[in-house]
Amino acid sequence: MLPMAASSPPDAGLRVSLEVEIPSDVAYIERVVDLVRHPCAELAFDPRKLALNVPVALSEALSNAILRGNHEDPAKRVRIRVAVDTSGLVVDVEDEGVRFDMDANMRDATAPENLEREDGRGIFLMRRLMDRVERFDADSGTGQGNVVRLTLRRG
Amino acid sequence: MSFSIKKEGEIVVVDVEGQLIVGNRQELKQKVLDELERGEKKFLIDFAQTGYIDSSGLGVLVSLSKKIREQGGELRLANLNDDLKTLFELTKLDTLFQISDTRDRALSSF
Repeated sequence: MLPMAASSPPDAGLRVSLEVEIPSDVAYIERVVDLVRHPCAELAFDPRKLALNVPVALSEALSNAILRGNHEDPAKRVRIRVAVDTSGLVVDVEDEGVRFDMDANMRDATAPENLEREDGRGIFLMRRLMDRVERFDADSGTGQGNVVRLTLRRG
Repeated sequence: MSFSIKKEGEIVVVDVEGQLIVGNRQELKQKVLDELERGEKKFLIDFAQTGYIDSSGLGVLVSLSKKIREQGGELRLANLNDDLKTLFELTKLDTLFQISDTRDRALSSF
């Protein structure tokens, strides 16, 4: 058997995919964050990204899907699809709610007039903490549902 | 995740253990508002044992700070790690709160 080349990292070529489905209940958010952080840690993501970018941005996407998308309707589910490899993380968070325009809901949370507002930092934080945040129509066949895709480089 | 409250002299100190997120922010809000109703004026939230904070957690801190100020009191924060400091800087909430590096420094700053 040939020895492994010393220069090739042991996680090169490794790709982790996860599918998670949860009820529309914010009590599940912390658990999903832990499930997603684990493969990111295994693949040696930057510690700051593990401690800040991933948990905060993912919490925002999940709470938006549960509260604003599904309105905590127990009949509706939130589906999370995760792909992690050495280049980074891609997470899709899909709700069953009315389609929305994410840019229309974006405001500068740091503007003086918004600083003392209790709400309005969710999408702002997702955009600041991820390399890319996109919204697609869910392929649900019902004319409803949003997919918010978060993309983050590993390093 | 949990919150523990104790008094240090005239100051109500709240320790946030774990996350401060959408699922538990109301519990923190209610605990602090109960103390405010009892007439307490000086509040310190210590984040030494905190993991991450989401936008609803930040929102609750902003809302509590306003309510406490309206009653003539003050809310201060302590022990933000580097990641939490970055979160406060990104949202410019570091300009809204008095933040101390240690609990002792925060307690002596009132």
